[in-house]
Amino acid sequence: MRTGGVPTHPHQPAANAVSGYFDVASGEPLHPAAREVLLNAYDEGWADPARLYRSGRRARMLLDNAREVVAAVLGCRPDEVSFTPNGTQAVQLGILGRFEARERDRTELAVSAVEHSSVLACATRLESRGAVVRHVGVDAAGLVDPDEFAAAVGPQTALACLQAANHEVGTVQPVDDVAAACAEHDVPVLTDAAQAVGRVGLPAHWSILAASAHKWGGPGGVGVLAVRRGVRWRSPWPDDERGDGRVPGFENVPGVLAAAAALRARHEEAAGLAERHWPLVEHIRTRVPQVIDDVDVVGHPTRRLPHLVTFSCLYVDGEALVTELDRAGFAVSSGSSCTSSTLQPSHVLAAMGALTHGNVRVSLGAEVTHDDVERFISVLADVITRLREQAGMS
Amino acid sequence: MNDTTAELTLDCRGTRCPLPVIELARRIGDVGVGAVIAVAADDPAAASDVPAWCRMRGHEHAGTATAPDGVAVYLVRRLT
Repeated sequence: MRTGGVPTHPHQPAANAVSGYFDVASGEPLHPAAREVLLNAYDEGWADPARLYRSGRRARMLLDNAREVVAAVLGCRPDEVSFTPNGTQAVQLGILGRFEARERDRTELAVSAVEHSSVLACATRLESRGAVVRHVGVDAAGLVDPDEFAAAVGPQTALACLQAANHEVGTVQPVDDVAAACAEHDVPVLTDAAQAVGRVGLPAHWSILAASAHKWGGPGGVGVLAVRRGVRWRSPWPDDERGDGRVPGFENVPGVLAAAAALRARHEEAAGLAERHWPLVEHIRTRVPQVIDDVDVVGHPTRRLPHLVTFSCLYVDGEALVTELDRAGFAVSSGSSCTSSTLQPSHVLAAMGALTHGNVRVSLGAEVTHDDVERFISVLADVITRLREQAGMS
Repeated sequence: MNDTTAELTLDCRGTRCPLPVIELARRIGDVGVGAVIAVAADDPAAASDVPAWCRMRGHEHAGTATAPDGVAVYLVRRLT
């Protein structure tokens, strides 16, 4: 892959890597390869890349190099890649921009029932403006059936949204199969690849892709929106004199450079990481139900992200579980309703028919060891036993 | 086995998951095998968690009714 002017950096463990941090799907510590790039970029890439003098041209060149790195990983052309302030805005721009430019008779949106909330929030917004939204369900493993998805799209569909991999349960979706069915009706597919980029091979036949740098070890504040050439799309926001016509405003050049450096490093180490993470997650999937009764391990056993696993424990309050694990040194997230701001259970778990209370999502970082995982399982068993005793359910 | 008349009704209004499911687990033994126990619960998580409990514990979710006050009533048939 061309690396252009994006500096490289030898691999060192992230200074802020914590052995019990099991929530990289929420956010990764900054990749060591990104740290120095970020600091240098504040000195080298501060100028306005839209300006024609030397420092501006330098910033433009660095930005273009970063765009090439990202495009190479995504499998698209550099001029199809834009940088947004975060992954959510990439999703919003991608979906709303497609509806801005859709053909008049295309009034429908098809989405899987397990999309990220940012996708479903766009669907709600479009519905309030008269669009028809078709929700495609999933099986007990969280997997979309391509035939069922195909039945939800037609010549009236403006856009289909299917994530590359699910953010809560790790199931990898058949995006290319769905895209093939959508192509029969000239329906573009937007894929939210936030959890898949830098982890697993990406689908090839998306029309619009959204991603988020802090999920692959880049800094916060950088999202990616890629729109393939030939896809009818127009920014839903007012015109801006700068840039590529997709994302308005001054680019976060240092953040983008660091994001590209982290992505390049992560892409190169992805296979090795997956090889290490896969059996550790397999171990959790097997061992947790052996040492704890009444556990629902959710997500597809083989079509999955290598580093992520979710399970729910009967009779246990999710918030208490997260708090007790934190006390024991483990950071995990939970889809249980008591841990959400809306007090609604996870729509992903509900769509799968999975147990929503007592839910734990584990996503492993680069530095995790087998001992960390063993210690986690042992602590988890103790915490569950204690919480069940307190609930009178031992 | 198609009769879904509840032999026992648990009022779990105002309690949040996992409490309705805990109450169900405690009281399932109070009805005979084949009988139906009803759980009235207004926590939205119960819509997922009662059927999931049935699947995990080997009982049958025999349907969901609505109480006069609009609260969902989950019907569970004891199978073991």
